[in-house]
Amino acid sequence: MGHTHLVSTSEYIGHHMRHWALDLRTMTIGHDGGFMTLNLDTAVISVLLGVLFLAVFYAVARCATVGVPSAWQNFVELAVEKVDGMVGEAFHGDRSLLAPLSLTIFIWVFLMNFMDLIPVDLIPRALTFVGVHHFKVVPTADLTLTFAMSLTVFILTIFYNIKAKGGWGFLKESLTSPFPVYLFPVNFLFRVIDECVKPMSLALRLYGNLFAGELIFILIALLPWWMEVPLGLVWTLFHVLIITIQAFIFMMLTIVYISMAHDAH
Amino acid sequence: MVATIAQLVANVQGLSAVAVGLLIGLAAMGTAIGFGVLGGKFLEGVARQPELTSMLMGRMFLMAGLVDAFAAISVAMGLVLLFANNPLLGAVLKYAHVAAS
Repeated sequence: MGHTHLVSTSEYIGHHMRHWALDLRTMTIGHDGGFMTLNLDTAVISVLLGVLFLAVFYAVARCATVGVPSAWQNFVELAVEKVDGMVGEAFHGDRSLLAPLSLTIFIWVFLMNFMDLIPVDLIPRALTFVGVHHFKVVPTADLTLTFAMSLTVFILTIFYNIKAKGGWGFLKESLTSPFPVYLFPVNFLFRVIDECVKPMSLALRLYGNLFAGELIFILIALLPWWMEVPLGLVWTLFHVLIITIQAFIFMMLTIVYISMAHDAH
Repeated sequence: MVATIAQLVANVQGLSAVAVGLLIGLAAMGTAIGFGVLGGKFLEGVARQPELTSMLMGRMFLMAGLVDAFAAISVAMGLVLLFANNPLLGAVLKYAHVAAS
């Protein structure tokens, strides 16, 4: 039924490093298909958390009262006002896309990061009883998800660049920016590198923090109980700070990149 | 024959371990210095204008997350090299299997 044999530490760690992956070339679950792999655990958990976030916020928005607000309504109003304030400070255009996008990024990334605080073996062990043998619970500790989000932000920055400056204006700006126009290959190269480093660092920053956090939880789980409790407590407290900061930074950088794309130099 | 293969594998593993140590150690050093300077500047700013404490603290945590970025990437790459697939070792093992068979 389940796996009831003694595993070595490297086997335990290796077991927790594997995704519930669907190889898209052969459509079989279980082994890594290289680039053409869909990590089903990431997809399921991220969609579930997104639906949860949308359902809660929608339900609160529907039953919003002008009188004494409930706790949920307070929280939702606080989140929406703060994010709208931040977007309003940085971005001087029509923020009917950017403000909800920022709110979604913040709350969704925070919820996905929060999955790291659930005990490491709880959900994967429960799922072995239904035949799923490898399951990673934290979607943002998966490069596929973080790159998907940052590439979406990258496409949005290109879209806002073209919307604010026109296609020809965008090209002209990237050819003439730091250096005078007769050095236009250098300008273009710098611009390309600049635009490509932003989504890469956005994705890798979130992935690195969450992957390292998850791995340290796994390593703490291997220690004897009297070392496990204090170290686990300290790392949990630190990790609560990290997940909040990383979600906030992803949101702030999205706002900053899109507002930089919108303003002409 | 098996002894030389074991020596080669041990060589690559040893160098991988040194590489992981450098990745994690240099990331830790960079982060420590970065946070130290950031915290010091924050304290100076608060000492000058205590009424701006909460705004400065928010900005400090924002910058702390950005300083943390490449250190976290280095640590993640080091841990992947150590615990998940190590391609350097994998290449040696592939040819060792071919040679031993």
